[in-house]
Amino acid sequence: MAMLKKKAPDQRKLDATATRLDGLQRPTGGWAEPARKDAEARLRAMGLPQGRDEYWKYTRPDTLTSAEVTPAAIFDAGEPQVFHAFDRLKIVFTDGAFDAEASDDLSLENVEIERLRESSADIHWARDVYGVLEARGQSPVERPLAAFNTAFAEDGVLIRVTGKVSKPICLIYNHASETSDAILHHVVKVEEGGELTLLENGPAAARFNKCMEIDVADRATFRHIRTQGRDHERRAATHIFGRLGEESVFKSFTLTANGVMTRNEVVLELTGDDAVAHIAGACMGDGDFHHDDTVFITHDAVNCESRQVFKKVLRNGAVGVFQGKILVEKGAQKTDGYQISQSLLLDDNSTFQAKPELEIYADDVACSHGSTSGAIDEEALFYLRSRGIPEGEATDYLTLAFLAEAVQEIDDEALQDEIVERISAWLFRRRAR
Amino acid sequence: MLEIKNLHVKLEEEDKQILKGVDLTVEAGKVHAIMGPNGSGKSTLSYVLSGREGYEVTDGSATLLGEDILDLEPEERAAAGMFLAFQYPVEIPGVGNMTFLRSAVNAQRKARGEEEMSSSDFLKEIRAKAKELQIDADMLKRPVNVGFSGGEKKRNEILQMAMLAPKLCILDETDSGLDVDAMKLVSEGVNALRSPDRGFLVITHYQRLLDHIKPDVVHIMSDGKIVKTGGPELALEVENNGYAEFQETA
Repeated sequence: MAMLKKKAPDQRKLDATATRLDGLQRPTGGWAEPARKDAEARLRAMGLPQGRDEYWKYTRPDTLTSAEVTPAAIFDAGEPQVFHAFDRLKIVFTDGAFDAEASDDLSLENVEIERLRESSADIHWARDVYGVLEARGQSPVERPLAAFNTAFAEDGVLIRVTGKVSKPICLIYNHASETSDAILHHVVKVEEGGELTLLENGPAAARFNKCMEIDVADRATFRHIRTQGRDHERRAATHIFGRLGEESVFKSFTLTANGVMTRNEVVLELTGDDAVAHIAGACMGDGDFHHDDTVFITHDAVNCESRQVFKKVLRNGAVGVFQGKILVEKGAQKTDGYQISQSLLLDDNSTFQAKPELEIYADDVACSHGSTSGAIDEEALFYLRSRGIPEGEATDYLTLAFLAEAVQEIDDEALQDEIVERISAWLFRRRAR
Repeated sequence: MLEIKNLHVKLEEEDKQILKGVDLTVEAGKVHAIMGPNGSGKSTLSYVLSGREGYEVTDGSATLLGEDILDLEPEERAAAGMFLAFQYPVEIPGVGNMTFLRSAVNAQRKARGEEEMSSSDFLKEIRAKAKELQIDADMLKRPVNVGFSGGEKKRNEILQMAMLAPKLCILDETDSGLDVDAMKLVSEGVNALRSPDRGFLVITHYQRLLDHIKPDVVHIMSDGKIVKTGGPELALEVENNGYAEFQETA
């Protein structure tokens, strides 16, 4: 395959990485140790990302890789957390540490839930996934922060789904210390015919590195809805690595409001015929805000569908980035690939950088991608105002309308309403200020 | 009710005078029609009255119920009783028709210092009014004007007008894009709203709409001015002879 050529990393970069890693203690023992060791070796060979790296052209990695964490103030929204009214199984981490008291009992029908840290068996099902999907996702583009995560994450959850799970599992990430540096690594395996909805919410820490590997077997369904927490100064680098079997369904939606630095990478491999993958994101940024969605979807089976819908609302100098690629391997005929990334710029100071890519080696496929940046539609604004709706409120309506295509990717209507309500509340607070 | 005096308007961005001294008074309870050829300034007049950006008033005045409206924001004019039924109603994906209309009704009430309408009262009222206009429940739930046919969009405009109960209704080329049946339905909706304390300004290129919405007064506009005013018979005259003679006198 003709890909981004891997350049030999320069020695200074590797030396800097070695210095950084030498100060860290990799967790030892248990079934995950070989994978961690392997990840550290891979990381030392590729080096932590630097601003000069092509894949980090639009997002500066330094605050995500530095030894010192930039402190982040704790934000009290003064309102119940998102999803609070939903019947769900809560698993709570505070600054990356498991919070047993705040968490529910981990037993639930059709699913096995364990903490990474406490899974002491020598042979564990997660061994086939932990660090495995992450390592597969390192080619053709390196993702050093994910290898870093595999090597150094001390905790996370291991979820094995064996049937239809009756209620969502919700991972809640509380932020309590202004200088916390959290690393979590989750593994999800949805066995054949299984069905799970996974929710995530909360700012997690001053700096959060999270990796989630999701293996979706044939005819299994995985749904994922996350909100990343409104702490203005938090930083996060997250990775989702997914592998999809035959006739499986993978749907993920992310809402990001605030956060000074967010890089969300999603790397999916459609390996079974007739699989469906939808990735969507809605983000709202105001001021000192940088949000990067980086997506790589590989079609390696026949008659699969993938859909990427990313919408960003930016104001007061906020920056949005989208790097999205669809790779259709030889033989992945009848691929249906769709990708749209759009920004709504509410003033002249904000910027949106988009790099949509298609790389296709099959000859019977339908792939499309589009990217736009625009301001509020003056015609629509006048229409709403002419009906008596004040300018600020009318702008909010049009903002919601802009985000709608992404939000509508959430299948469950109640969850969709919950997200819309959060967005409305965020907009309303901006207006009230 | 609506008093326009010597109104001069140019485009903000370029040096082009569109309205060159319009004088017009619409009384409560009356329907005034403005007819005129394309480019005569009819639509500009409707936009200037409802507060659309892009125009600069260089001279003259316009008052609604004695209040100078030209310095008001569009939403303030709406609250004061102005309503413009758009020639091309705008599609707003992601915003439910009913949500939008309820916000509009309550925003206007709030601006006037009135109590907000409860959601049960609102529902009751909108259902009754939608029924009269043959707007089904699905259209009320769908995003504003998205996927609506030309006729549905215009009916939706009239539904908004009925719910907002304005003092002055401006209909901008409401007949455009309508077949005969749709025009009848829309006209009936408009006629049902005629009342002694409400004025109408119906802007149209063709006479046919005026068969359904009978005007009290007809004005002919040409080159940015009202060039002739008369009764309903004036519309028939235009229908038979075209606008040529009025353009000559302009």
